Amino acid sequence: MDSITTAASVVAAGLAVGLGAIGPGIGQGSAAQGAVEGIARQPEAEGKIRGTLLLSFAFMESLTIYGLVVALVLLFANPFAG
Amino acid sequence: MGTLPFVFPFAELEVGQHLYWQLGNLRLHGQVFMTSWIVIGALLALVVVGTRKMERDPKGVQNLLEFLWDYIRDLARTQIGEKAYRDWMPFIGTLFLFIFVSNWGGALVPWRLIKLPSGELGAPTADINTTVALALLVSLSYFYAGLSRKGLRYFEYYVHPTPIMLPFKIVEDFTKPLSLSFRLFGNILADELVVAVLVFLVPLVLPVPVMFLGLFTSAIQALIFATLAAYYIGEAVEEHH
Repeated sequence: MDSITTAASVVAAGLAVGLGAIGPGIGQGSAAQGAVEGIARQPEAEGKIRGTLLLSFAFMESLTIYGLVVALVLLFANPFAG
Repeated sequence: MGTLPFVFPFAELEVGQHLYWQLGNLRLHGQVFMTSWIVIGALLALVVVGTRKMERDPKGVQNLLEFLWDYIRDLARTQIGEKAYRDWMPFIGTLFLFIFVSNWGGALVPWRLIKLPSGELGAPTADINTTVALALLVSLSYFYAGLSRKGLRYFEYYVHPTPIMLPFKIVEDFTKPLSLSFRLFGNILADELVVAVLVFLVPLVLPVPVMFLGLFTSAIQALIFATLAAYYIGEAVEEHH
């Protein structure tokens, strides 16, 4: 692999995870806000809220994981390595 | 590229390195097959032990199996619906148990103690081929579920509220297996990578809570995979009015 491809791949891998973390971060923040408000309003529903919250967290997290998969492909299985 | 530049006594991360088995023109990832067979064997043994000498008041393994059965039945019933869930409960349960035991087996068993000529044993679900195969199985089964229950009327689903939805629904058929497989593969591999990087930076104490977090996410991913599979099947067998 020539050095320019390596450099571009490493930068792109960093950007893929970093930029991919922004959206889910915001989403998880607002989901947690909703959950906390729900618990404050109705403390007896805490168990149910926690379960749903964790499940939806996992869905949001998988968006960053897609970025991570792209980053891993760039680092370990680069199709442009030639 | 290939190996990350560090060594850890229990799990060396070798992304992209495999123990290859040659079968005709196919190159198989041997370590994935070995761990899959171990997982399948463990599950079969558990079920055989649990269903031998069954009693009215469940004890021990039988109790665990009945709890799992209840759990899977509730999962399938809420997603697929009262009418069709019985047909699909075994499939959903198999998916859930296989993925769950694979994920936890990959994290809890010190596979590094078994030496392989190349590659390493680990969670079968950390290999993209396993997750793609599982996701494609889910695709096939929701098509089969829809077609066998509703015949050609299944394709009404594609134009259900309005025909404008047609292209989106067709694209969805491709994105469903893609996101299912990438989600599982990425999460499991990410867990292993995060632990490995932390062990490289701070070899003591600090990785332990992250390992527990990894166990937790692995369990949730198994649940999500099974829930989504059941949801897709439920979407296919649902009757529109």
